[in-house]
Parts: sequence; structure tokens; C-alpha cells
Amino acid sequence: MTINRRSPVLRAACIAFLAFIVLILTGEVAFGAPQEAPGDGDYRTMPFVGSRVFMWVVAELHLMFAAFVLAVPMFALVIEYIGYKTGDKRFDELAYDFTKLLSVSFSFTATLGALLTFGLIILYPALTDYLVKIFSWTFLPYVLLFFFEAIFLYSYYYGWGKFSPRVHLFLGLMLNIVGTAIMFIANAWLTFMNTPNGIDELGNLTSVWDAINNYIWMPINIHRLIANVAFGGAIGAAYGAYKFLGAKTDQERAHYDWMGYIGNFIAICALLPLPFAGYWLGVEIYAYDQSLGITLMGGTFSWLFIIQAVLIGNLFLAANYYLWLSMGRIAGAERYRRFIKYLLALITICFIVWATPHSLVATVEEARAMGGSHHPILNVLGVMSAKNTAVNLLILTTYVSFLLYRRANKEATVSWAKMGNLIQFSIFAVVVIFVVFLGVYGYFVDAQTRIGLSQPQVMSVLFAMVAVTVIDIFLFKNARKRGEIAWGKIPGRAQYALFFLAITFTWLMGLMGYVRAGMRQHWHVYGVIRDTSVDAYTPTLGFAGLVVSVTVIIFFLFLAIVFFLSGLSGKKNWAPKSPPPPEATTTEPLPDAEPATEPEKEPEVAGLPNPLASLLRFIRKKS
Amino acid sequence: MNIFVLLAIIAALVAIQVVGTRFVKLNRLAWMAIWWIALYLALSFGIDPPLPTTIIALFMAIVTLALLAYLSADSEELETAKNTIVSFMTERKYMVPLLIAVVAIPLLVAFKVYSDMTQPPQPPASGRTIHPPPPASINFEGNTINLATANNPYRDLEESDPEAFAQHNANGRRIYFENCFYCHGDNMEGSGMFAHGYDPLPANFNDPTTISQLQESYLFWRIAKGAPGLPGESTPWASAMPAWENFLTEEEIWDVIIFLYEFTGYEPRAQGMPH
Repeated sequence: MTINRRSPVLRAACIAFLAFIVLILTGEVAFGAPQEAPGDGDYRTMPFVGSRVFMWVVAELHLMFAAFVLAVPMFALVIEYIGYKTGDKRFDELAYDFTKLLSVSFSFTATLGALLTFGLIILYPALTDYLVKIFSWTFLPYVLLFFFEAIFLYSYYYGWGKFSPRVHLFLGLMLNIVGTAIMFIANAWLTFMNTPNGIDELGNLTSVWDAINNYIWMPINIHRLIANVAFGGAIGAAYGAYKFLGAKTDQERAHYDWMGYIGNFIAICALLPLPFAGYWLGVEIYAYDQSLGITLMGGTFSWLFIIQAVLIGNLFLAANYYLWLSMGRIAGAERYRRFIKYLLALITICFIVWATPHSLVATVEEARAMGGSHHPILNVLGVMSAKNTAVNLLILTTYVSFLLYRRANKEATVSWAKMGNLIQFSIFAVVVIFVVFLGVYGYFVDAQTRIGLSQPQVMSVLFAMVAVTVIDIFLFKNARKRGEIAWGKIPGRAQYALFFLAITFTWLMGLMGYVRAGMRQHWHVYGVIRDTSVDAYTPTLGFAGLVVSVTVIIFFLFLAIVFFLSGLSGKKNWAPKSPPPPEATTTEPLPDAEPATEPEKEPEVAGLPNPLASLLRFIRKKS
Repeated sequence: MNIFVLLAIIAALVAIQVVGTRFVKLNRLAWMAIWWIALYLALSFGIDPPLPTTIIALFMAIVTLALLAYLSADSEELETAKNTIVSFMTERKYMVPLLIAVVAIPLLVAFKVYSDMTQPPQPPASGRTIHPPPPASINFEGNTINLATANNPYRDLEESDPEAFAQHNANGRRIYFENCFYCHGDNMEGSGMFAHGYDPLPANFNDPTTISQLQESYLFWRIAKGAPGLPGESTPWASAMPAWENFLTEEEIWDVIIFLYEFTGYEPRAQGMPH
């Protein structure tokens, strides 16, 4: 197998790179004595970029690859399961296509994780020592799980087609369970630094479980779990887009168009509940300490949340844009094009509400005219009541775009079609009115009640999505088809929208990762271990943006290598240019060559299946 | 809101709609330009007091993105728009309007530069962080007060002893009108007699986005430590708030906090319970 041949080279390169970095770090240790730092601090410096920036970039890169490695098996497993249950081989091939990206990414994740650990030990020995004291019990299961992760991941990837489907699915399931457990353990360490728990006033450990189960541990676990899927889906979609743009045949274009669509579908599905998880995280941070909450939402970092709002608004816009462009490849979708302008208007209004800062950047004259840095009209859009309402409506709008896409080539044949549409419309109308009402009502109640109002807002939106989907399933049962989906017939700009989504997701992860860590300000462990290093200050927003941007660029450079290496597995084996003498030719495959069982990608141009539709067909068949 | 300006813009849009559908077929590119101009005018002149230029730029960037997405979401419409631009720039019949555009665009840019340069000099726009993050604890009259856990000690009286609570409220009223109203005003709108001398203006407590978002311990910190106690991050804070710990006792500060909430009708933010 090509991967087999390449892997030792890759591993050697990784080890060499690691050794090089360790050499730099230990070299510095040899000639640079630790700084004398007051209190609990004890530091060494990283040449050129400084310790903080070095750790910042490495931690973020590690996190990005880890997120990808954890996310891909989740949806690969689901797609493989759909293929197994429906008997449709194309799902199996698609799942394999996604899984191809894992092997190299896993190596990168491990290498960056090792670099992060070395960096902590060498550059921040006192902090590392303290964290080790608190979490010493968690390191053994972490390492063991990491071994299992490697075993399950490689057996899942290399064992594709080698095991019975059930055994293979079991391997995938175990890979997901182990990966999630690893993430939960690592999350305990980092969340403890933000909201330390299970320690006495002097910072001595009183309960390991309380230290693990700190205020933001579970919110971060859930938030990262969902965000990883969104991120992984977006990167998978970008891979599909990359292959689509380089495709030479209609079959290839069709396959990678489908792959991009599925990746985007996964990303959007995960994106929809993400703001709710983020809100829960924010509530817990505020509950732990108002100072952290204010730093985050109203203080130093509040401007980064405006950038976050702009990025998320762009994500929703791009996700809808892709769906609208995708409707171009469906015969019958023309009927729904007229709705696009209304959806776009709603998205734009919600985007504007979400991106409106509470205190505005204004000149002295402008501020005087407004009577302060709050505008009397826009002021109301700057707080969470307005933001929650906007994001709920954004989610509903995106869902409507998907609904239109879903029914683009279908015509309901059931007798109650009109009534069904009316009920669906009524649900939307009632929920929109309810969400807006709660948003406005939030201005007239105390803060605790206002925070509580977000729950009925979220639940009503979820209710609308579930109820309308259920009605839609029955509404379009035995629907008449107006035409097929012409996979591959999609403008190139749709693929750039997928790249945009992937880059925006990554940028957003980098930005919010910085916010999550940076809100501790001059604390390593908030309120327990003070940062006394030369970096004990909050960098300017511009500098933080620069570091995040450079990290994103480095990540995509690495990702380009992943895409390139993953693409090699589909290439033909190397052969000399001049044909060998007849007696030297053989039809026997090389011992480690690509197995003959490797599925040839010859999907149909039209009629590639929708995973949701296939799953529903399967459920219907069962019922 | 400048209702007349907004109504005029809406009337113009309706008129163009009527003309566009009955007499001249306007393509999507033309509609995009019309909507862009209409929204720009509405944001610039339709809202009173005027929006800061930074916020108009942010909104118009979002509007521009949305309009471009709309234009390019339909391949046929995009093709038509591209053809329109190409034909405008290449066909002979558009020579006069093209010349007008070629002259008008640099002139507009020149006018913008001229109008910017002739403005009286003023300090650059700045983003102000409204809620400075409080420290974990403060020292008040030799005692350490943990701001994460500190509660107004008289808040419970609201339920248990309303009469005593009313006395604290009355005391708070007295303190407010002896010390605070000069800047924050008799209606707590930040429009006291000294307010015009400050930049930024004193906080408006009637605004639902100020004290109703905060815990009482936060207010205690801000009143006790004032501007000198603001944290190092996000400086300069540009606050003229005195450190009232030099003039008021702990009880008086808690009392005035009670009065602030009683007068405005807001409830203080409760200390965090989730987890």
C-alpha cells in the first residue's frame, strides 16, 4: 500500500522535526539560565518569538489537528453505518475518502502534542509542576487511551475492507469513544486553569474529581465536541472542493461535489446548536467569577467578540450561499429561488444585530451627539437579549434554506399537501414571534430571568426544526420527482465558498481559543498561580489577531501537505518511463502495493444519495 | 429617527419599483446599486442622533457582502450583470454615460478627500471598554472584600424587614443627592449639572444595559475605588469617578447601591448559580 511505504518516511520526518525543536529548546536551556521570577513563577525564554507566542501557536495548531482527528471518525462512522445499512457502497467509499485524511493528521497531532508538552516542561516548569501535582492521576489513563487511539485509528483505516463490516464499525465506534475520552481528560487540565476547583485557598489539592469537574469542564467538552464536528466537516468539505477544482472527469467532479456537499451538510448541522453550547459556556464563566465574565463579554475581550460575531455571521451567510448555489444543480429548484432574497434580508438583519457592539467606536463629536459611547437606538442591540434573538433567527433561516434545498426537486403528492405547508408555515411564524417576544421581554426583567429566557428561545427553535422536519418527511413521502440532482454541475465559486467556510471556522477557533485562554489575563491558573513572566500582560487586539492569523496560515500549510499525501493513495504506482522488457512485466501486485480491493471511484454523475434521505429510506423500510 | 428622511427613501424605492417593472427592466445589478445607496442614505441620514462612521462602515460592509452574495447566487443573473458592465464599458452607445462616470468617480473621491481635510481637527475615534473587569478582591478600610462572593448585606432586609430596608434606601437617596447627582443627574440619566464637562459622559443608570447587567459587588468596587482603582488592562479608561472610599463608609456605599436599583426599578444581577 502506498501509505505503508510512505509512513516510515513520514514518521522519520516527524521525529527529525521533533528532535530539531527539542534541540532548540534544550540548547536554550543549556546557555540561558532560568529567569529569576518572583512568587510562584519560574520561566525560561524561547528565542526569537518568546515563550508565550511559541506556546500559543503550538497549542493552537495541536488543537486544530486534534479537533480534526477527533471529528472525522465521528461522521465517517455515521456515513459508513448508513452505507452498511442501506447497502449503498458509495457511502462506504465516501467514509473511506474522509478517513484517508486521518493518518497523516494523527501524526501531526501527536508531534504537535509532544512539542506542546516539551514546551510546557522547558519554558514553564513551575506551572507544569503545579498542574502535574493536581492532575497526576489523570496522566496514566491519558497515555493509555492515546495508545488505544493509535491502535483503533490505524486498524480502522488500514482495516478498511479487511474486516467484516460489523467489526469495522466496532473499531470506528471504539476510536470515537477513546478519542472523546482523551479530549475530556485534556479539557480538564485547561479548564482548571480558567476556573480552578477542588483546591484550598493555598492552591493545594482537595479533590481530583472537583478539579476535573470544574465550572467550565462540561460546557467546554460539549462545545468542543460539537465544534470539532463542524470544523471537521468544513475541512472535509474543503478537501472535496480542492479535489473538485482539480478533477479531470465528470465522474470525479460529481464525486467530489457530493463530498463537498456532505462535508458542508455536516458542518452546518453542527454549527446550528453551537451558539447554544457557547452561551452555556459563557453563563458558567460568568457564574464562576463575574470578573472573568466581564473581561470576556464587556471588558478587554469584548471587541474580539465583535470580530467573532462578524465571522459567525459570515459563516451563516456562506453556508446559505452554498446551499443556494447548490440548488442550481437541481431540476425544479427554480420555484424556490424567489425566496432567496427574503432569506438573505433576514440573514443580513440578524448579522447586523449580532455584530453591533454595545459601546461604539466614535470620535468625540460623534460621542457627544450620541450622549456617550452608547447610541440611544442601537444601544439595545448590543446586549445578549438582542444577540440571542438574532442567532436563533439566523439558525431558523439557515434551516429554511436547507428545507428548500431538500424539497427542490420534489413535488408533494399527498392529499393534505396544502394543509401540511400551512402547518409548517404556522410553526415558523409562531416560533419567530415567540423568539422575538422573549428577546424584547428580556429588557424588562432582571438579569437572572433574562439569562433563563434563552432556554425557551432555544427550545422553541429546536421544536420548530424537529416538527417541520417530521411533517416534511410525511409530506414528501412518495413525492413526484421533477428531476435528478446533477452532481458536478455547480459553479466553481461554490467550492470557494467551501474554502471560505473552512478558513473562517479555523480562524474562529484560533480567535476564541485565544479568548478562552487570554481571559485569565495575568494568571496562569486563575486566582492561584500568577503569571510573573515578561509576558504577563494582555497583548493588543491587533497583535493577537496577527498571531491567530499566522497560526491559521501555518495550519493550512500543514493541511495542504495532508491533502497532498492523502491524495497519493489514489495515484498509480510509479513506473519507469521506458517500457520494461516483456519478460520483466508481471501482473502480480507488489507485496505492499495498493490492494486490488481498493474501491475504484466511479460514482454516477447524477443521483448521488443524500445521507439524510438514505437514512430515512432505511428507517421507513424497517418500519 | 428622521422619519421624513426614511419615508423619502422608501417612497423613492417604491417609485423605482414601479418604474422598474412597468417601463424599464432593471436587472439585479441595478437593484443592488439602488439598495446599497438607499441603505447607505438611511443609515447616514435616517437615524438621529447620527451613527458613528465606524458603525456605518461595519453595517455597509455586511450589506455589501449580502448584496454580492445575492448577485452571484444565481449564475444567470451574474452573467447578465457581467455582460451589463462589459457592454457599458465597450459599446459605443454608452460613450457619454461612460465619460460621465470616468469623470464623476475621481471627482467624488476628490470631494471626499476635500471634505475630510477641511474638517476641524479632532482626536481619532476610539473604542471604549465600558465595563472594566474587577479584581478578585479589594481592600476596604483594612478588610478584604471578595468581589466574587460579596453580597449587599442589606439586600435580605427587602424580604425580612422591609422597614429597615426602606431606611437604607432613604439613606442611599440622601447620599446620592449629596454626592452623585452632580454628575449622574437627578434622574440618573448621566445628565447632571457637571456632566457636560466630562468626556465620556457619566453613566446613565436608566439604560437597561448598565447596572441591570451587573452584580452589586461590581458597583461597590466601582464606587469605592473610582477611576484610580481601574485595572491596568484596556487603559486609558478616561473616567473621572472619584474613589468614594475616601468619603463614604462601607454601609453608605451599600445603601446608595440599594437606592440606585430601587430608583431605576432594575434588579441587580444575581451571583452565579449554574454548574
